[in-house]
Amino acid sequence: MPKDSGIGASPKRREDVRFLTGNGNYTDDINVHGQAYVHFLRADVAHATINGLDTSAAEAMPGVVKIFTGDDFAEVGGIPCGWGVTDRHGEPQQEPKHPIIAHGKIRHVGEIVAAVVADSLEQARDAAEAIELDLSDLPAVVNMKSAAEDGATKVHDDLTSNVCYDWVFGNGEDDAMEAAFASAAHVTTLELVNNRLVANPMEPRVAIGEHNKSNDEYTLYTTSQNPHVIRLLMCAFVLGLPEHKVRVVAPDVGGGFGSKIFHYAEEAFCTHAAKACGRAVKWSSTRSEAFISDAHGRDHLTTIDLALDADNNFTALRTRTHANMGAYLSTFSTSVPTYLHGTLMAGNYKTPLIQVNVKSLFTNTVPVDAYRGAGRPEATYSIERVIDKAARELGVDPIALRRQNFVTEFPYETPVALTYDTGDYHGTMDKLEAAADISGFAARRAESEAKGKLRGLGVNCYIEACGIAPSNVVGMLGARAGLYDAATVRVNATGSISVFVGAHSHGQGHETAFPQVVAEMIGIDESMIDIVHGDTGRVPFGMGTYGSRSIAVCGSAMVRATEKIIAKAKKIAAHLLEASDADIELKDGVFTVAGTEKSIDWGSVTLTAYVPANYPLDELEPGLEETAFYDPANFTYPAGAYACEVEIDPETGKVTVERFAAADDFGNIINPMIVDGQVHGGIGQGIGQALLENCVYDEDGQLLSASYMDYAMPRADDVPFYAVDHSSQTPCTHNPLGVKGCGEAGAIGSPPAVVNAVIDALQSGGHDITHIDMPVSPSRVWAAMNG
Amino acid sequence: MYNFEFEQPSTVAEAVAALADEDAQALGGGQTLIPTLKQRLASPSKLVSLAGIAEMKGVSIADGVLTIGGGATHAEVAADACAPLAALAANIGDPAVRNRGTIGGSLANNDPAACYPSAMLALNATIVTNAREIAADDYFQGMFETALDEGEIITGVRINVPDGANYQKFEQPASRFALVGVFVAKTAEGVRVGVTGASEEGAFRWTEAEAALNGSFSADAVPAAPSADGMISDLHGTAAYRAHLVAVLTKRAVAAIG
Amino acid sequence: MSQVTMTVNGKTASGDVEGRTLLSQFLRENLNLTGTHVGCDTSQCGACVVHVNGEAVKSCTMLAAEADGADVATIEGQANADGSLNTIQQAFQDHHGLQCGFCTPGMVMSAAALLKDNPKPSEAEIRDYLEGNICRCTGYHNIVKAIMAASGQDVSAIAAE
Repeated sequence: MPKDSGIGASPKRREDVRFLTGNGNYTDDINVHGQAYVHFLRADVAHATINGLDTSAAEAMPGVVKIFTGDDFAEVGGIPCGWGVTDRHGEPQQEPKHPIIAHGKIRHVGEIVAAVVADSLEQARDAAEAIELDLSDLPAVVNMKSAAEDGATKVHDDLTSNVCYDWVFGNGEDDAMEAAFASAAHVTTLELVNNRLVANPMEPRVAIGEHNKSNDEYTLYTTSQNPHVIRLLMCAFVLGLPEHKVRVVAPDVGGGFGSKIFHYAEEAFCTHAAKACGRAVKWSSTRSEAFISDAHGRDHLTTIDLALDADNNFTALRTRTHANMGAYLSTFSTSVPTYLHGTLMAGNYKTPLIQVNVKSLFTNTVPVDAYRGAGRPEATYSIERVIDKAARELGVDPIALRRQNFVTEFPYETPVALTYDTGDYHGTMDKLEAAADISGFAARRAESEAKGKLRGLGVNCYIEACGIAPSNVVGMLGARAGLYDAATVRVNATGSISVFVGAHSHGQGHETAFPQVVAEMIGIDESMIDIVHGDTGRVPFGMGTYGSRSIAVCGSAMVRATEKIIAKAKKIAAHLLEASDADIELKDGVFTVAGTEKSIDWGSVTLTAYVPANYPLDELEPGLEETAFYDPANFTYPAGAYACEVEIDPETGKVTVERFAAADDFGNIINPMIVDGQVHGGIGQGIGQALLENCVYDEDGQLLSASYMDYAMPRADDVPFYAVDHSSQTPCTHNPLGVKGCGEAGAIGSPPAVVNAVIDALQSGGHDITHIDMPVSPSRVWAAMNG
Repeated sequence: MYNFEFEQPSTVAEAVAALADEDAQALGGGQTLIPTLKQRLASPSKLVSLAGIAEMKGVSIADGVLTIGGGATHAEVAADACAPLAALAANIGDPAVRNRGTIGGSLANNDPAACYPSAMLALNATIVTNAREIAADDYFQGMFETALDEGEIITGVRINVPDGANYQKFEQPASRFALVGVFVAKTAEGVRVGVTGASEEGAFRWTEAEAALNGSFSADAVPAAPSADGMISDLHGTAAYRAHLVAVLTKRAVAAIG
Repeated sequence: MSQVTMTVNGKTASGDVEGRTLLSQFLRENLNLTGTHVGCDTSQCGACVVHVNGEAVKSCTMLAAEADGADVATIEGQANADGSLNTIQQAFQDHHGLQCGFCTPGMVMSAAALLKDNPKPSEAEIRDYLEGNICRCTGYHNIVKAIMAASGQDVSAIAAE
C-alpha cells in the first residue's frame, strides 16, 4: 500500500495549481514601474576586430535613454570562470577575460557589441540599427582539431594558443597503458562525436535590473537556477558591488537544464545599467537570441580504446577527447570535460587501468558549459558505445559482457579518483531485463521484419556522480566555489513552517517534495510547511540547483536544520511536561514523555517558543528557527541500466523509438511521481540528442541551427511511453536521507541505448555498420547503409 | 517588427486598391509573414489582411471541380477538399498553424519546402487571381518566386478532381516542413508528379516518372532516383539523399493510389 | 495606434494597439494576462496557444488587430466557475503532466481544442496533435497520459506512476 503522505508518497504537486491557471510568476511577467528596455546589438560575424563604433546617430533616435559599448565596461571585471583546471604539466588553464560587452574584438556570433536602452523595446531596436560599426573580419576558428594545430588563428591574441588546457587523469601511466594494450587479447577502438546541443528550456532568459536611489540597493530579477551564486559572481568579480547592497531574485523559472546556472553578461548589464540610467532596465531574450547567447552543451570529439583479456575482462581503457569551450570560459565550462567527465570513465566496471586525456579548446563559437548531465553523458556515451562495439566484435552478448565486468563490491575505489559508496548493478540490470521485456524482443523483431522494417535492441548502463562534494576536495581540484547547501527552518508561533532553501526549483517540484521530508520528521501535515526559494533577500547562502544535487545536499541541510528544531522543541516540551528532554518522544506531531500518557502537541510547543511565559529562559533562547549548512562527505552515485528498441525504415533510414525502458537505482526516494517525471524528461532529451538535436556551425562561424526551424526539438510524436523502474534501491551511505539524486539520469543513460539499438538493427539487416554519429538522422542512416 | 498600418478590407477590389500603396503587402494567415516581420526581414508600410474578404472563403466541389478560396485555411482545406488534398493540408504545420495559415498565402510565398506547390503542379491546378488565371506549370518560378505581379492577390484555386492521387511527405525533423514531398495524381491529362522540398529551383514536376507511369501505373515502373544535381543539400539531408527520397516517396504514392 | 475590442474570457477588453502589436503582447501587456507565454519567435513552441473564436491559434503569430471583435479564451479563463481546476487542468495535476510550467498553458489550451473535436483521442492522435507544442521537461509521457485521462480513458495500464 503506497503511503499517502511523507517520504515515499506521491502527493499532487502544489505548484501545479498556479501554473495550470496562468498564475505563475516568471521573470518576464514582472514589470517594474518606469522600466526601460534594452536591446543588445549582437555580432553577426564570428571573428573580427572592432575598428570603430559610432553611436552618435543612434543616440539621437526617439526614446533612447543611453547606449553602452565595451568602453563602458572596460574597467570592470570579466565574467569569471568557477573552476581552475591544472594541466598535465602543472600549469593553470588559460583564462582570457570574458567581457560584458565586446571590447576591441568580436569572438563569436551573438556576442554583445553594444547595448541600447530606450523607452520601448522597438525604439531600442530602431536605434541599434543606426549604430555604425567598422569591423575588419578575421578568419573564424570553428573546427576543434584545426584550432589545436600549431599556427592556427588564435581566438585570443594574448593567449599562447587555442588550448585552454591539456589534461591527463587516471591511474594509467603511459608505460602501463602501452603494456596493457600490447598484451590485450582484443582491443576495440571507436571515434565518436558527442554532438553539440542547445539546452532550450522553454522559458527564454530574462533579466531586470533595478536600483533604489534612496538606499543604493540593487535588485536583479533573473531566470537563474542559483541566485546566490549569481549575486556572488556578479558582485565580487564583475561589478565590484557589496553583496549586502544587491538582491537577486529568481522567481518561477521555466526550466534550466544547466543553461541557467551560469552568470551571463546580460545580468551584470541590467544591474549596472539600472543605476547608470536611473531607471529599471529589462531584457527579455527571444528564442533566436537564446540560440546565440545561452551557453551550449556537450561538443566533444573522442577516441576511445578498450583492452580486453582472453576471457573478455576489461583490462584498460584510454580516451582522448577534444572539448569545445567556445570563445570564452563560461561559469563551469572547464570542469565539465575534466572533473565531471574524466572522473566517470570507470563507468559501472572494474577496469583496472584508465587514462583520460582532454584538450579543451577555444573556438569562435558561443561558450559551451554544463547541459543536463554535464560531462557524465559524454563519459557514459563513450564507455557504453565502445563496450557495445567490443561485444559485437567478439560475438558475445552485450548484456553478459557488461555483467561480467561489473563492480560488485562496495565501497569501490575507481582508477579515476572516485569512491562508489554503494550500488547493485546486477540487481538493477535484472530490473531492466524485466521492465524492457528483453525476452520478448525476438518476437517483436520478427513482427517488424514482417513489415519490412529493421528492429534493434540497445542496452547500456550508466553511473553518475551527483551532489559534487566535499568542498575541501573539490577545492583542491580547482573549484572556486563551495559545494555545500543551506536551509533555514522557521517555525512560526502557531506551528506552521517556512523552510528557506538554497536549492532552486525550476520544474523539480521542491515545493511539494521538500515538505514531505519535514512533515515526516515532525509528524505534521505537509500543508503546514512551505518552501521558500529563489531570493537572496530571503534564503540563506546556498549553491542552487544543478547536478542532481538538491535533495541530496540541500535536502540534507534541511534535515539537519529540522533535527535542530526537533531537539530544541523537545527541550521546550520537556519543560512544559516537567520531564527530562531525553525522555521526550515526538510522533505524529505530539511530544510524549516516554512510558507515560503525558503529552503536548506541536502547536502548543511552538506557541510557547514565541510566547515564552512558561519557559526556561535562563537555559534556552526563545523562538524556533534553525539553519544548517551541509557539506557532503562524498558524491552520490545513482546508477542504472537502460534499454531502447528502435525500428528503422530501410528505404528512408528513418529511426523510430518503439520502446524505452529505464531501471535506476536512486537510493531512497522522496516522491516517486516526481522521480518518474524527472526520468521521463531526461529520456526525452536523450532521445533528442541521439536522433534529432544538432547545433551546427559553418566554417565561417555562422550558426546554421539557429532556430526551431533547423534545431530539431523532440516532439510528442518522436517518443514513446517509457517504462521506468526504480525499485532497485541501495541507499546512499553518507547522507541522512539515503538519497542519490535523479535529475540527470535519463539524459545520461539514454543516448547510448538509442545508438546501440540502431547499430543492432542495421547489423540484423546484414549491414556492416559499426557506428553512426549522433544525431542519427535519416540522412546519416541512409548514407551509412548505402556508403 | 517595424511598425506598419493595418487594414482589413472586405472585398477583393478594396484589397487591390489598398495594396496599390507603396510598400503595402498582403497578409494571409501570417504564419510565415509574421515570423519574418519579427526578424525585421521585411518592412511593409501597410499590411492588408485578406481575412475579411468573404468572396475568398470556402472550399467546394461541384461537377468534378474543386474550388478553394485563396483565404481558405489549411484546416478548412483539410475538412472540405477532396481526400488527397485534404490529407496534405491536414499535415501542414500543426493544428494552430492550420487554423490561421491559408492556401493563398502559402502559394504566394512559394517556400521551396511547402506542401501545396507539389499538389498544384500534380493536379494541374489553376491559380486564380484578381486579374487572371495562371496554370500551375506557369505559376511556380523557383524558390520564393511566382508569376504574381506586385499587388496581385490569389483569390482562389481551381482543380479538376483527379481520378486518384496521393501525397507522401517526409518531414524535416525540426521545421516539420517537407524535406521531400511528392504528390502523384492521375488526371485527365495523364499522370502528373509534383515534387517539393528537394530542388534548389523549388517545386517541380518529375517528368521522367510521369512518362514511365503513363506507360504503366505501378510502383515498379517508377524510375531510379533522379539526378542529385540541383537538389538541396543542408544539415538535414544531402542532395543524394533527397534525390533518393523523391523516388521512394513517388513509389509509395503510386502504391497508395493502387 | 488604433483601438481593438475583443471578448477575452467572457469579458469585453479594449485597448490601443499599433499595427505590429501581437495578440500575445496585447494579452500580456495590455490585459496583464501573463499566463500566455512566448517561448519562440518562429511559431513552433506553442506556449502562446489561445483560442480565437473557438479555435486554437498561436497568439504570437497573430496581430492584435486581427483579433478585433473576436472571442478569445486564455488559460486564465479555463478553471471552473468556482475556481477549481477544470477536467483537463485537473488531469495534468493528477498525472504530473507539467514540471516547470512554462509550456503548460499552451498544452492545456491545445488539449482543450483537441478534445472538443475528438473526445476520445488515441495515444497516436494526441501525439500528432501536439506537434506544435514543445515541452522540454516531461518527455511528453505524462502530458499524453493526462490528456487520455481527461478524455475519460483508463490510463492505469500505461507504464509508471
